[in-house]
Amino acid sequence: MLDWQDVSHDFALTTVLEDVNLNARPGKVLCLVGPSGCGKSTLLNMAAGLLDPTEGIVSNGFERTACVFQEHRLLPWRRALDNIGFGLKASGAKARNRRDQAAVLAQRMGLHEQDWTKFPHELSGGMRQRVSLARALAVDPDLLLLDEPFSALDVGLKRDLQGLVTGLIAERGLTAVFVTHDLSEAARLCHEIVVFAPSPGRIVHRHHLSQPHDERDDAFVFQTVAELMAIPEVDAAFRVDERLQTP
Amino acid sequence: MTFIKDTLAYVWSGWGPAASLLLFAALWEMGHQAYGSFILPSPIEAGQALISMFEDGSGQDAAVLTAQRAIGSFLAAGFLGSILGISAGLSRTAARAMRPVVTVLLGVPPISWIVLALLWFGLGGASAMFTVLVTVLPITFAGAMQGTLTIDRGLEDMARTYRTPFWMMLADVHLPHVLSYLFPAWITALGMAWKITVMAELLSTDDGIGGAMALTRTNLDMAGTLGLILLLLAMLLFVEYAVLEPVKRWMEPWRTPSKSLGGNAPKGF
Repeated sequence: MLDWQDVSHDFALTTVLEDVNLNARPGKVLCLVGPSGCGKSTLLNMAAGLLDPTEGIVSNGFERTACVFQEHRLLPWRRALDNIGFGLKASGAKARNRRDQAAVLAQRMGLHEQDWTKFPHELSGGMRQRVSLARALAVDPDLLLLDEPFSALDVGLKRDLQGLVTGLIAERGLTAVFVTHDLSEAARLCHEIVVFAPSPGRIVHRHHLSQPHDERDDAFVFQTVAELMAIPEVDAAFRVDERLQTP
Repeated sequence: MTFIKDTLAYVWSGWGPAASLLLFAALWEMGHQAYGSFILPSPIEAGQALISMFEDGSGQDAAVLTAQRAIGSFLAAGFLGSILGISAGLSRTAARAMRPVVTVLLGVPPISWIVLALLWFGLGGASAMFTVLVTVLPITFAGAMQGTLTIDRGLEDMARTYRTPFWMMLADVHLPHVLSYLFPAWITALGMAWKITVMAELLSTDDGIGGAMALTRTNLDMAGTLGLILLLLAMLLFVEYAVLEPVKRWMEPWRTPSKSLGGNAPKGF
């Protein structure tokens, strides 16, 4: 179980999170949704152990946590397979094992064999994100933290990768925390949607989805987004213009 | 097999630069025909003067001595500058404090260091080596410091999420980035090291290529002077293209332009 208990956080004099209570249940996909600057990524960084909250407790009971970031964060000086095997190398796996496991994952991610030995700058944006996802899955995580991993991709690629991630999560029975500012993405992927409002970041709404992933067609996604936007707190959280006008 | 193929491709890629150098030699020959041997001896005369220096043994002695001084001081400055630069880059405060010092040191003309070195160490090789060391060190220092300061925190965070051990963090995440700043600094430093060694030798010693040049100047031996310049350039090109460049390619394969990117991207010199 991953728990954020009474978490508040300040960056210098700005409070970015206020009194957040949240948990990620095993085998479920939790989505943190909200406009930019509402502290979603900060919560994820806390779960990854990269940041300690100013107040409150973050406890991560999962054995192996892996992250996929908005930018691919691949080492520019390592080839695709070596990048996939980075986490394995950090855990002390032997070179041959690393390469074998990385090759299996690269194949599963749909990377062609001729791309395995390429450096990140030789790969397209979609392929880099596949490599980054493969690197996270290589360590066989039980908790996957995804920080807007598809936001820089075009619509077609986004769909492909969303399908791939949903399939992998179901196949491996992973727990995932997914940060996004796109409600339709959340409606497509998650079991629980938690909506955040900014200044300071706080939870304004929680929504549970019981529909199986393979039954979530476009009509379901649009309807869920419409239902969510009909809730005044959610609607207010996404209204940038009004916020900007507030002194 | 790939190594042999890459090496052959690298050597083969030398034809282009060789053609440029031959064009330069042709222009030199034209200058010689216009002004005569006293003002500008021909490339062949300069080559013959150089060969005769090697025949009497003075050429080898001068080349070996200058190479020892230039490479010795370059290695010392490269090592010290890189270590100190990395240490300074680890702390933003130290980097901020060191930046004006580096600017001042880079701004001091090498010739004034030679005067100081002559006063401190007297005539001899030590003055030449000191001058090279003190002129070249800020270049490698600045490269290492800048490289360390610009380490990608995003990559570092990524590595931390995998609980990457200290040595792996250093070897896989930090060093490759710092090296991409260090190599250009080392190559600039090496080029300067040769030039300053000869200049310092000319003023402070009677041996090495600089000492030999002082002698050819006294004898108004233009062909000998040009021969020595050729020798110096040949040594510099050898160290840069036969040693440093292959080391760089071996350590930074990701910097080599790849065929998959531009089709005919240049791969050689």
